[in-house]
Amino acid sequence: MSNQLHIVVCAGIVPDPLQTLEPLMGPKGPGLKNEMMLPAVLDPWAVSALYEAANLAAKNPGSKVWLVSLGPKAKLQQVMMTIAQKVSFELVAIDAPVGGFADAHATAAALTDAINAIPGLEKTKLLLFGGWESAARGAGVTLQLLGERLGIADQFMGVDEIEMHSAGSFEVLERVEGGKHQVSVCGGAPAVLGWATGNLPEPRNNPQVGMANMRTVMPALQKAKPATIADNDLQYTSASLPNQQRQTRVVKDMSADAIAQELVEWIGAE
Amino acid sequence: MEGKSAGAIERQSMEADIACVGFGPAVGGFLTTLTHAWNENPADPAFESKVAPGLPLQVLCYERADDIAAGVSGVVTAAQGIRASFPDLNPADIAMASRIKEEQILYLLDPVGASRRPWLLRMVDRLLRALSATLGVRDEAFHLPWTPRFLHKGGGLVMSIGQFNQWVGAQLMASGLVQIWPAMPVSEPLFAENSERNSNKVVGVRLTDQGVDKQGTPQAGFVAGMDVRANLIVVGDGPFGSVGQAIDRRMGMPAGHDKREWALGMKFVIELPEETTLEAGTVWHTFGYPEPEIFGFLYVHPERLASVGIFVPSWMGDSARTVYRYLQHFIQHPALWRHLKGGTLRSWGAKSLDESGLHGEPFLVGDGYARIGEGSGSTNMLAGSGVDEAWTTGVQLGEAVIGLLREGRSFTQENLAATYEAQRRASWIERNALEAMNARNGFHRGFVSGMMGMALAGLTGGRLSLAATVPPAHKQIKKQRVRSLNELKRREAAMLAVEDGRPLHDALMSARGWPEIAFDGKLLISHQDTLLMGGKVQAMPGFADHVVFRDAGLCIHCDDKTCIAMCSGQALTLASDGIPVFEREKCVHCGACLWNCSQAGADGSTNIEFRAGSGGLHSVEN
Repeated sequence: MSNQLHIVVCAGIVPDPLQTLEPLMGPKGPGLKNEMMLPAVLDPWAVSALYEAANLAAKNPGSKVWLVSLGPKAKLQQVMMTIAQKVSFELVAIDAPVGGFADAHATAAALTDAINAIPGLEKTKLLLFGGWESAARGAGVTLQLLGERLGIADQFMGVDEIEMHSAGSFEVLERVEGGKHQVSVCGGAPAVLGWATGNLPEPRNNPQVGMANMRTVMPALQKAKPATIADNDLQYTSASLPNQQRQTRVVKDMSADAIAQELVEWIGAE
Repeated sequence: MEGKSAGAIERQSMEADIACVGFGPAVGGFLTTLTHAWNENPADPAFESKVAPGLPLQVLCYERADDIAAGVSGVVTAAQGIRASFPDLNPADIAMASRIKEEQILYLLDPVGASRRPWLLRMVDRLLRALSATLGVRDEAFHLPWTPRFLHKGGGLVMSIGQFNQWVGAQLMASGLVQIWPAMPVSEPLFAENSERNSNKVVGVRLTDQGVDKQGTPQAGFVAGMDVRANLIVVGDGPFGSVGQAIDRRMGMPAGHDKREWALGMKFVIELPEETTLEAGTVWHTFGYPEPEIFGFLYVHPERLASVGIFVPSWMGDSARTVYRYLQHFIQHPALWRHLKGGTLRSWGAKSLDESGLHGEPFLVGDGYARIGEGSGSTNMLAGSGVDEAWTTGVQLGEAVIGLLREGRSFTQENLAATYEAQRRASWIERNALEAMNARNGFHRGFVSGMMGMALAGLTGGRLSLAATVPPAHKQIKKQRVRSLNELKRREAAMLAVEDGRPLHDALMSARGWPEIAFDGKLLISHQDTLLMGGKVQAMPGFADHVVFRDAGLCIHCDDKTCIAMCSGQALTLASDGIPVFEREKCVHCGACLWNCSQAGADGSTNIEFRAGSGGLHSVEN
């Protein structure tokens, strides 16, 4: 017996991490230099969740995947042209400015409203997917807050795998310290799953999938409801990039022992 | 959609009304013209789809790069065609765009002493230095007192093509008429198979196979590239696009036409120091340094950003030519360094330019297809202008297509020739191209005669020019004089450096006496670091290598290895067996390897094949 799941994937758009990202303090708090001219991508952590959702839906006939995404329409549209070629989903677009460091509570509130308004969504079948972490500059708790607002008590973070059982229950592998997984069995939907990287490769671009998705993506973008993300009087004292430095050397014929020794010294120095 | 078998591979097929290959300024102009007309009256029956009756035209565009903003060219353009499409255009709406405020030409003297200057130029340098106070020579640069009419872009714009593409693409997709699919390379055109008469009719394009190894052999997760059949294929895939190349192979070129003149443009986008005095809209064209054959530029964008770059042409016959290291010396020329020192590298990019002009123009139209943009020979090298020309050819095709749709006429060679081609021939594109077509002939005799020939053609509107026989690009690469002991020593030093793990281009330049670059970690950084810091290179897995060496034997016996020295992304390196190794993950798709191969097979093609490939540079500040 298959499980008919209603999987809602929350995936924000973020500036392409491959670009030069330079934080600066603006009149409305910290942001990125030239943020609006940077190309956007779907949050790399949440992308894993989307691929897992599509895979899970394919294994459970009758299931459906919604992608809930918040951002300026033009940016959403640009991102969807890439992501829509990967897997099938129905877009729920929320037209809102992104930038700076959004407040997780306000973001969760906007997402809650959008999810509650999805026609035909059954909470008893709901699996709420998202990224365990985020390349956005939020506090990393939006998914949990969203689960709370939707009244979902079963929440799993750092998920790498889900296996459905025939009676609707499922087994979840969550990352824990030491490179191990914690295995949990959940009685069934609804549940929140914050995905780590999962185990699936990036799907190939499929023009057919893209064309099929476009039948819903474009209308969704056209009727996207504007939303305001309140800052809730948050104040930031500073914003900076992680202190990363890359040094390139070309060394020939170095022994494995010597490489290992150098790595040990480098790690010790960090 | 339907499944069809092509040989042993099952391919899906899809139908559209119009399919475009490549998204650059030319296709941007075409799609903008189409959507503007549709927006005026979406109910116009001319815009009803033939393949999906009841729906609007099904217009698809496939772009190789991972994002439509991943362009690689900062430009200065007169923008007359672009402004005609957007009469209310406000440069402030496009990031990095500015009106031109000041345009100057600088002759750069050689402050280093390593430049390969002819004696006449050395004399000119001495004279300028001697009369520096009188002539106003400052920082080893002579500012020409005027800009020739043919170079002038007065009233035009300084832009980033990446940002411009993003701005245009967002409007197109918001219209709902057009779908632009990034990260989807097109491998080849599809020709009709029905009858002899239709054997050259283009009926669609085939998308690139995915889930294959480097050689293209299907692996786990193989997805055969889909066949997209359309009534019109708009070929705008640039000067070395796989569809354009395949059509040229099939149709041949018009008599006497060939793509023989190329240049590799490479530039940095630099954040200028806070105390900069350069204003947005400042445009400098330079010549004379780092080598006489290398032209350069500096364009200042808003927000203290500047595009600074050089062009290394094919007629610089030196087999050891390179670009990145030359660019580093260029920005350190005192005239530029005065403004750039203390700046930070934000981005970087490279692109091959087809500089053949009308001499490289292919058949512009055929049954079921039309060529627009740079690949159609629209770039004007006398004016140093290509974007506005490419855009305008797209507009002209758009207007022709709208007319044919309204008249219910099909996209045959005759109909496209009578509309698009005729309009192009009667326009400023053709007039300016005729002026420019022989302007650079003189460079094949030497730098000085080249400058004279360019001035002659420019000042007489192309009526006078120098005659020249232009050899194919691979024959422009001059063989090293192996009898010269100094040259042998230089090459030996370079090869030893390569064996020591240093890049070939660096080794060649150092061996020729150019000073080592003093890296500062901000603006002067290694080539390898540039690939990571200033616009990152990406290559989605599952695609075959798009740079292929046809005959390994030719590579082994090639002494020049110009392909490696000119590779913009260090994606080509030298293996111990003498065969270049290609790393797709580092390729920026500049196309330089295609015309920097000195070896040719019996059919005249060089030993490097540049196929359809995915990925490339991720940088929108280009």
